[in-house]
Amino acid sequence: MHIATTQTFTAQPTFRDPRWLRVSLILIAVSFIVLFLCVPLILVLSEAFSKGWQAYWSALSEPDTVSAIKLTLITALVTVPLNTLFGLCAAWAITRFEFKGKSLLTTLIDLPFSVSPVISGLIFVLMFGAQGWFGEWLSAHDIKIIFAVPGIILATLFITFPFVARELIPLMQEMGSEEEEAALSLGASSWTTFFKITLPNIKWGLLYGVLLCNARAMGEFGAVSVVSGHIRGLTNTLPLHIEVSYNEYDFVASFASASILAGLAIVTLILKSVLEWKQSQNRV
Amino acid sequence: MSILLSNINKKFGQFSALQNINLEIPEGELVALLGPSGCGKTTLLRIIAGLEGADGGEVCLNGKDITAQHVSNRGIGFVFQHYALFRHMTVFDNVAFGLRVKPKKHRPDEATIAKKVHALLELVQLDWLHDRFPDQLSGGQRQRIALARALAVEPSVLLLDEPFGALDASVRKDLRLWLRHLHQELHVTSIFVTHDQEEAMEVASQVVVLNKGRIEQQGIPSEIYDHPVNAFVSKFIGQTNVFHVEKEDSQWLEHAGIVLDDPQGLIAHVRPHDIQIEKAQSAEQSPIILKDWQHLGATIRLELSKIQSQSNAIVYAQMPNEQFKNLNLSKGDHVLLQIKQAHWFN
Repeated sequence: MHIATTQTFTAQPTFRDPRWLRVSLILIAVSFIVLFLCVPLILVLSEAFSKGWQAYWSALSEPDTVSAIKLTLITALVTVPLNTLFGLCAAWAITRFEFKGKSLLTTLIDLPFSVSPVISGLIFVLMFGAQGWFGEWLSAHDIKIIFAVPGIILATLFITFPFVARELIPLMQEMGSEEEEAALSLGASSWTTFFKITLPNIKWGLLYGVLLCNARAMGEFGAVSVVSGHIRGLTNTLPLHIEVSYNEYDFVASFASASILAGLAIVTLILKSVLEWKQSQNRV
Repeated sequence: MSILLSNINKKFGQFSALQNINLEIPEGELVALLGPSGCGKTTLLRIIAGLEGADGGEVCLNGKDITAQHVSNRGIGFVFQHYALFRHMTVFDNVAFGLRVKPKKHRPDEATIAKKVHALLELVQLDWLHDRFPDQLSGGQRQRIALARALAVEPSVLLLDEPFGALDASVRKDLRLWLRHLHQELHVTSIFVTHDQEEAMEVASQVVVLNKGRIEQQGIPSEIYDHPVNAFVSKFIGQTNVFHVEKEDSQWLEHAGIVLDDPQGLIAHVRPHDIQIEKAQSAEQSPIILKDWQHLGATIRLELSKIQSQSNAIVYAQMPNEQFKNLNLSKGDHVLLQIKQAHWFN
């Protein structure tokens, strides 16, 4: 006996939200993004170029702006590699070793996210400032940390250290240590195992963390503002420079600098989506 | 090479995973570490490999103490339950890895490596997959690649951690025999961990039974099956009926013709195939009936129970298909038992 059966495998959407609900939810989300992201971005650019290309360019090439850009770059150049290294160490320790206080360490890594940046800055003032714990010793040895570049770098280091670690910990937990153990059993040294097995598996996640870390290092305002002292041409980073210029009614200079940070944000966003796409490709 | 373990101890916190393990494995054997989950067998394997450190004791390889040696210097091949293939490398690169990370003076040139890798891939019959990535392979193929990768560095000892555990039944059966034949070809001393007694009996030349961090028995499969040293081994290896002499169970033994005036222990273990069945002529002749039976392929398993018994105890017997047909039994028939052999334990 032969029975022919036909089956259709199209999903039957039994529980579908009504059309009006879907449309209004999408509308709310889109208009929110337009209102709070796109409009300000356009405003920044239009203000920056309100007096033409010439004014924009001269605002950016002004020595104080150039020094702010330089300081921001230096800060990022120091903090991002250090925090990449720290993030790798922390993620490795947490996912590969068993030790007491491991969960405490995991929680502490998140601390900079839960503490207000202003407080983070204040901690450094209390430690290294003239009235701080190490203040006397530092001034006796003529070392300046607060109201100087080292303070800015320290504050930024503190603010940005969770990014890489937080990105890597879940990734390395998911990956497990079997492949590394296999490499070791095949005679590879620990270094070889790290560079040939671990790193290729976590590289997209690592890059993603570095990218976020970098964006924050360049954009941090609160903590840096407390320790910097706002000395023009010396201890102003880009975000601080924007505020100072704005307070002095130098709108073109302020928005021109802001456009650089905004541009950085856009580049970060694009790279971020590329990395996310790469990561999802990797996981298939 | 021969492996010698002496006084291996390992604790995880308060839990004692291994207690005073002494084990000698002669060269060229294929040994199964068999035991229920959590008995410490994987831990023992990882200690031999150097992936885990023992709290006390020594690991010797061919007479040389390697307890303090790092895993990368031990010259062992390790095969993981979940294959642990390098997912970002092709099959070829996976197998070549061990050769490419050798120190410069021992490292063969690329042409030699390629030749060797292809030879190994042919050995595991998968050379045609050399440019694929691990996620494009089936479970059985991955495990064979993992084996080829471990063999590439010519290990003195091959360690396999539940090598067939993640595979489906039919693939597992094929791979078991394949591993046994491969071992007969290569003669590398091998230890594999399993919780499946059938697998251990089928593949290994020697079986080590572990329970709760201790070695219960070591021997060739038939020795362990025919002469279990204690109740645990007897119950763990193959099916067995357990009779407590001091309880109601003694009636079973009496019916089966075992003289109980002088029992050799408190508990009698009887293999299902050591119970012989005959059809009773009348209901008065025996209180035991055939409750149910199952077809297991070449043999039939019979479930026997007693009428007018408070307990629902069921005794299993097993016999060849042919014999069962000749007996012409049906459910509910009264049967006579004859126990041919019992193992006594206290």
